[in-house]
Amino acid sequence: MSFPLLTVTTVVPAVGAILTAALPPATNTRSRDRNKVVPLAFSLATLVLACVAIARFQPHGARFQLTENHSWISQFGIGYSVGVDGIAVVLILLTTVLVPFVMLASWHDADPVVDDSGTFERNRRTQGFFALILAVEAMVVLSFEATDVFLFYVFFEAMLIPMYFLIGGFGDRTKGEDAKQRSYAAVKFLLYNLLGGLVMLAAVIGLYTKTHTFDLVSITTSLQNGTLHFSPVVENALFLGFMFAFAVKAPLWPLHTWLPNAMGEATAGVAVLITAVVDKVGTYAMLRFCLQLFPQASKTFAPAILVLSVIGIIYGALLAVGQKDIKRLVAYASISHFGFIILGIFALTSQGQSGATLYMVNHGVSTAAWLLVAGFLMSRRGSRLIADYGGVQKVAPVLAGTFLIGGLAILSLPGLGPFVSEFLVLVGTFERYPALGIVATAGIVLAALYVLVLYQRTMTGPVKPGNEAVGDLKARELVVVAPLIALLLVLGIYPKPITDIVNPSVNQTLSQVGRTDPAPHVVNAIGGGQ
Amino acid sequence: MTGMTLAAAIPPIPAPHIEYLQLSPMLAVFGAALVGILAEAFVPRRHRYATQVGIALAGLAASFGLILYLAQAGYATTKADLAAMGAVAVDGPSLFLQGVITLVAVVAVLQFAERRLEPRSGAGAAVDAFAPEAAAVPGSDAERRAATSGHATTEIYPLTMFAVGGMLLFPAASDLLTMFVALEVFSLPLYLMCALARRRRLLSQEAAVKYFLLGAFSSAFFLFGLALVYGYAGSVQFGQIARVVEGTATVTPALANTTGNDALLLIGLAMLGVGLLFKVGAVPFHMWTPDVYQGAPTPVTGFMAAATKVAAFGAMLRLLYVAFPGLAWDWRPVLWGVAILTMVAGAVIAVTQTDVKRLLAYSSVAHAGFILTGVIALNQHGIGAVLFYLAAYSFVTLGAFAVVTLVRDADGEATHLSRWAGLGRRSPLLAAVFALFLLAFAGIPLTSGFTGKFAVFQAAASGGAMPLVIVGVLSSAVAAFFYIRVIVLMFFSDPRADGPTVAVPSALTGTAIALGAVVTVVLGVAPEYFLHLANQASLLVR
Repeated sequence: MSFPLLTVTTVVPAVGAILTAALPPATNTRSRDRNKVVPLAFSLATLVLACVAIARFQPHGARFQLTENHSWISQFGIGYSVGVDGIAVVLILLTTVLVPFVMLASWHDADPVVDDSGTFERNRRTQGFFALILAVEAMVVLSFEATDVFLFYVFFEAMLIPMYFLIGGFGDRTKGEDAKQRSYAAVKFLLYNLLGGLVMLAAVIGLYTKTHTFDLVSITTSLQNGTLHFSPVVENALFLGFMFAFAVKAPLWPLHTWLPNAMGEATAGVAVLITAVVDKVGTYAMLRFCLQLFPQASKTFAPAILVLSVIGIIYGALLAVGQKDIKRLVAYASISHFGFIILGIFALTSQGQSGATLYMVNHGVSTAAWLLVAGFLMSRRGSRLIADYGGVQKVAPVLAGTFLIGGLAILSLPGLGPFVSEFLVLVGTFERYPALGIVATAGIVLAALYVLVLYQRTMTGPVKPGNEAVGDLKARELVVVAPLIALLLVLGIYPKPITDIVNPSVNQTLSQVGRTDPAPHVVNAIGGGQ
Repeated sequence: MTGMTLAAAIPPIPAPHIEYLQLSPMLAVFGAALVGILAEAFVPRRHRYATQVGIALAGLAASFGLILYLAQAGYATTKADLAAMGAVAVDGPSLFLQGVITLVAVVAVLQFAERRLEPRSGAGAAVDAFAPEAAAVPGSDAERRAATSGHATTEIYPLTMFAVGGMLLFPAASDLLTMFVALEVFSLPLYLMCALARRRRLLSQEAAVKYFLLGAFSSAFFLFGLALVYGYAGSVQFGQIARVVEGTATVTPALANTTGNDALLLIGLAMLGVGLLFKVGAVPFHMWTPDVYQGAPTPVTGFMAAATKVAAFGAMLRLLYVAFPGLAWDWRPVLWGVAILTMVAGAVIAVTQTDVKRLLAYSSVAHAGFILTGVIALNQHGIGAVLFYLAAYSFVTLGAFAVVTLVRDADGEATHLSRWAGLGRRSPLLAAVFALFLLAFAGIPLTSGFTGKFAVFQAAASGGAMPLVIVGVLSSAVAAFFYIRVIVLMFFSDPRADGPTVAVPSALTGTAIALGAVVTVVLGVAPEYFLHLANQASLLVR
């Protein structure tokens, strides 16, 4: 038996979570730092494992690699089956890269309260915070790895619980009405996602009554060789059941309303965890499960989903322009970007899907960079309102500069990662649905508006009263920001390593759906795409 | 001469053949109950507590050992058969449920025996959760004297043993009369036990009276139904009833007169159904649950909520699957309606509750609905799923009520939800365990609640009841809301200055809670063995 690399990649953060939670409460600065270094070390170890996995992954090898298969609940044909294709392995890498940065950026978010006499408040808040992040990481990684529908479902649902405690338990506003807002946001997050998950549960059970197995590989194989066939009504119903859950998670307009609340109330680090890591499971699952299990239904519903995603692109961008609160602005910007990702997935072209996968990576990195810098700024001033800031670039030039670069990545400036993916998505969409491609392009213009207006209001102009003391980025913060920006540049200039890994898997997925790219009819395409 | 003719006219009555081995699990518990009564009469007061707890635990342990032995010896599968002249079925479902009930009873007895939570009496004796002298009028001098003297109602243990004995017999009963006797044997002690709370005695007594009156009604329904079905089938034996319903029985002249009368049969079945649905707390026969759950002493509530449900669903499975499978077309639509009503009403009404015990009561109503979907499946998966669900649910319930006994203020348990605000800050471990139980109730993956829910829904879906599954998941979403509300309250609300304290329990309650938590996690993460066990045990003998 070979080394169970994928299992270890998810067990390490899980063990880290348990160990971290078991650490004794801090009594001085040293034990406080120990309680944070231990989880950070575990997240770095996970990152190393993910790098090993991607190094051992052969892009042109078998469809699922590094596979492990064990029986789990044989009565229901449920297995512990894991394996990665190019899409999954890249997303696992994204997750494991982002988590250490999130931890570093949130370094002081859950510090124990120290009273005047220097005594530390005795509780496990700090450990709890970092243990929950590690738990989320373990569950996200496992849901990327799962090739068993049930296994995926279990962790897709279970990750809501640590996420819920992260949102509800650790915000920057802790007292009175504000705390109520926060627990409202946490409950809204949980109920939306739980409802989605429960609808999916009905579909999962429905799927089982037809297939009598949950193994993705054997289901897709028997779908392809015709031994398994869904009637259209059943397939459509099951597709909608799965898609509902993923559309809530992703989130797709009009099921997005939990995201601005959750991201608004959570700390900047947790908000990054939501939008850059956890929500990616939703878009990934569309690629992995919706398209592969229900190819006919995917084609049937693709136009409707595309229209919703284009609405999401425009709607999210428009609302982002109008926000007064920085974190909510980022949330609406994310809704707009998730529109692009879903657009790329359901355009059912190879460029669209490669672009969508790349977009997931780029959106993760760029949002992390942008929002974490914004978080540093907000932590200095203790306010999330745009109106409270102004002229920051005069007092904190490095902070302002990195904030600008993060923002430029968000608006898809050529040379930075997101540009490549957005371009691919739009090209991929345009091939089949030119009208939608044109409307979606308008989202880019709006993105420029909300990014640059935000920068202008907060960073330029005279220094607003109250901003004089805003200090520049500290060493820890630079360690967070600099690599992320470097990564954005690399992804923007030379995305080939990623696309090389992703493309074979994308083609595989498309052949599963039975879609090939339309022949390039340039003239016709412009004329309306005959 | 006359003697000779009499002997010829009246055939000799054969002595009933009793298979003592197969019945031994029940006999052990009933034996413990009888010994308990003797101990109550003869053992000096200061030794009674230890003696009674010892007898009860010994009886339950013996019973559980015998159940294991019977299962090991193949009485659950190959040797499954009727015993005691066809009155008792010893088969897979019986033994599985009996095993669950005895384990539940062990945990319950541990909680009954807890004496560290209540403040010591005037005489310095440690006291438990039960009234010092049940006969004393609340607020009277007699009560005060009993309280200060540190007396205890050790009768609770023999009563529990009788209830457990009845519960062991109930799901195994294979004729209607035995089933009725079992119903009464376990119900009557429960009515009494509900009235025995040390604190808030009027509320407790009110709960007992309500439970008794409504329970008596439901027993009357059951008895009336029994008579009607007997009138139709000419037998109280499940196997014979099934044969008459299917039309495969040998037709005697007496039978020929009645079998045409479907009204007798349908009304009879409906009335039997009312009796059982009352015991499981299905809508619209659930009205007693919140009041009784709230008023009864909390350890009793936990025991009742867990064990009664197990026994009653076991009996329902047997009645419907063994005696009346031929009428499935008639009872399934009705149960569909009841299941939908139960899931939806239980979940929706629970949302407005402000008392944690009432909340758990309505949650138990909703869960009765979920279990009903497995009963409706009408296939072997359904039986296995229901068995598994009952095992999973009963330990979560026991654990949850055990936690409730620990959150206290000067007036005893602090059950109003607002008093639980900020509990997570003050005692994170206890709040985390309670959150685990709530998440299991809500059916979050990796807890036993999810596995159980998945099993019953899956059985229902393969039995063609997909709409029921969809109603089920939607009401699960509603139910999740109120479980999560409690978690929000515990973890995200500021603690109140005058909030309740968390009592440090002795090892007894500690064991109960730990066992509940362990079972919840194990059945959620590695349920394979237990699902296998439940599936293996899913053959009902006729």
